[in-house]
Amino acid sequence: MLAYLIRRVAYAVPILIGVNLITFLLFFVVNTPDDIARMQLGVKRVTPEAIESWKRERGYHLPSFYNGDARGAGRLTETIFFQKSVSMFAFEFGSSDDGRNIAREITGRMGPSLAIAIPTFVLGLFVAISFSLLLAFFRHSALDVGGVVLCVMMMSISSLFYIIFGQWLVAKVWQLVPISGFSGGLDAARFLVLPVLIGIVAGLGSSARWYRTLFLEEIHRDYVRTARAKGVSEPVVMFRHVLKNAMIPILTGVVVAIPLLFMGSLLIESFFGIPGLGSYTIEAIQAQDFAVVRAMVFIGSLLYIVGLILTDLSYTVVDPRVRLQ
Amino acid sequence: MSVQPVILWTDAALFALLAAALLAIAGVRRDPMRRETWRKVLLRPSAAVSLVLLLAYLVVGLADSVHFRRALPDAGDGQIHYAARVESLLDVALAHLRDTQETTYSAPLATHAFVKDTIEREGRAAGRDYPRLAHGGQHLGEPPAGRAGDLSLRIGLGLLAGGALTGLAWLAVRRHLSPEAAGRRSLMAGLASLGVLLAVVGAVAALAQGYHVFGTDKVGQDVLYLTLKSVRTALIIGVLTTLVTLPIAIVLGITAGYHGGWVDDVIQYVYTVISSIPGVLLIAAAVLMMQVVIETHPEWFETAAERADARLLALCVILGMTSWTGLCRLLRGETLKLRELEYVQAARAFGVGSAAILRRHILPNLMHIVLIALVMDFSSLVLAEAVLSYVGIGVDPNTISFGTMINAARMELARDPAVWWSLAAAFVVMFALVLSANLFADAVRDAFDPKAG
Repeated sequence: MLAYLIRRVAYAVPILIGVNLITFLLFFVVNTPDDIARMQLGVKRVTPEAIESWKRERGYHLPSFYNGDARGAGRLTETIFFQKSVSMFAFEFGSSDDGRNIAREITGRMGPSLAIAIPTFVLGLFVAISFSLLLAFFRHSALDVGGVVLCVMMMSISSLFYIIFGQWLVAKVWQLVPISGFSGGLDAARFLVLPVLIGIVAGLGSSARWYRTLFLEEIHRDYVRTARAKGVSEPVVMFRHVLKNAMIPILTGVVVAIPLLFMGSLLIESFFGIPGLGSYTIEAIQAQDFAVVRAMVFIGSLLYIVGLILTDLSYTVVDPRVRLQ
Repeated sequence: MSVQPVILWTDAALFALLAAALLAIAGVRRDPMRRETWRKVLLRPSAAVSLVLLLAYLVVGLADSVHFRRALPDAGDGQIHYAARVESLLDVALAHLRDTQETTYSAPLATHAFVKDTIEREGRAAGRDYPRLAHGGQHLGEPPAGRAGDLSLRIGLGLLAGGALTGLAWLAVRRHLSPEAAGRRSLMAGLASLGVLLAVVGAVAALAQGYHVFGTDKVGQDVLYLTLKSVRTALIIGVLTTLVTLPIAIVLGITAGYHGGWVDDVIQYVYTVISSIPGVLLIAAAVLMMQVVIETHPEWFETAAERADARLLALCVILGMTSWTGLCRLLRGETLKLRELEYVQAARAFGVGSAAILRRHILPNLMHIVLIALVMDFSSLVLAEAVLSYVGIGVDPNTISFGTMINAARMELARDPAVWWSLAAAFVVMFALVLSANLFADAVRDAFDPKAG
């Protein structure tokens, strides 16, 4: 088990190096720092001096891979590749365009992101499982057909609609909660109710339909037929046998998303003015702050790889037949 | 009047794809096996209804993909100059909507503007009131009279015209409607949805001659015009992206599955790296870089339309490059399974070459996965376009799309009273497109892969 874990972590390193290479290619090779400087300073009427000082401020004036002017190890370390890409493995992301330390900003913004993402994830999972279990219980009835149609319709609605319409209806027309904003402590609940609710509703359609398929697959298995033949009542069959066994693919399927909860939700955070990582990312994209985008790409992939490892581990926890080696 | 045809890159790709689709349909008609499967798809009433709707969207999108520039009036130097503005057939059909621009917001079917303004009246002091619209309801005279009667007359005429056309369609297919025919229910459903569609189109068309049916937006543009123009962008994104995805996913997936060994390791490594970067961030990074390339090379593009089109095409390529990993993994797994089957082993034992085995035995048995992925991805791509354009990494801000419409209108519900029509029009038209794509995709999946729930 431990050996497996060490091997998986070791396998994650080349993947992260790959991610790093891709971002490096995208940000420094497809466009040279000169191109980016020219665009940020305005394409016309830009002097070579202005470009040079823009690059020097951000440390983009160094050569890409090999610095012939430096001495010793400095030939490799005093390069853009080492300072901007390799240093990410030590979680040193440098500073954003407005001069703030990116690493500190990220740790500070994880709290608000998690405050939205965790309730949305847990409650959303609960609602989707309950709803799909209900549909599976009354399978092939009018309720089931109507429920599936509802799911397909909910899947077809843009997530922007849920946010814009929900915010308008609940916060503006009914005036139940503030339209946007965030505060610390218990007071935060006022601001969190609506975004969490919208997050749950927006994700319900696709997940409920998928879970219903998993439940139905389980219902047609032999052991369920045996249980029924022994005279076990339908509710007991559903809750004790089907629910328990169908939870295995459901839970192992969502494990990969758990680490990504740290990243927050791009759209919901930006619409509700919540100072989390999602709104940080969106602001960086809109302000074309490349240093922040690079840092978020790195952290996002890191969290995804952690999620993959957790998924493999979760298989051994729920299914003793799976042995990792 | 002379025109100069303009073939944008996305137009060429779209029509090439249409030709390929027609060829594929012709192929299906000759092959009894595949014809039977497609019949199963169309026997489902929901598939017939969604097919009618999808074809209607396709007609709008194709009409908007035939581009040209008009000749300017003769300047006297004997040479023909062409206007900088690129127009499409749809623009010509909707010229009335495009040219009847108001100054600002007006509600659907309104005769007066939505916000008060200072108005000079003859003989009296200037006061603040809702100004009369320059075009909406102008035929009703001053002051507008008989609006209710005019509206119902137009709606009635439109419904009648739509009904008459539906009747003609019914006459054409009547002999297939015998009670014992297998496709009766599905044909009836298709015909009914065609009837509803034609009636709605008829009523809207009759109303649009005198009013702004969906109102006007902040700068007074007709919302109906904007909505119809958005359809092409959505179709291009949904269709061209899969065109980029398919070759990469098929080649890499089959190679990895069939060859195994270090080739498999390398391909798996590449798709793990790409899929481990969160989708939006990878797209954002690529789009930001693409913007820099386009900004620093203004000399590449002759007109603004070509520039916007290059950005749209680049967005499709980026979306495709970032989303092939899922399909590639599926195809690799399936190829691994197929490779070990007896008939493939037998072919290899008889000395059939790798290329022939792939072409004859592997590829045809993977096509159902490819087809299902193609139709399933379409709806999610249409939805993704709206989100990406909202974030600012989607289409060019000057390209009319559902995303740019929603982005421009997102603060309108916060006004008091709320301006709801731009958002409502964009969301409803997008919803109908995505819903019909989803229903059609479900029917295709159930027919081609009965095992998947």
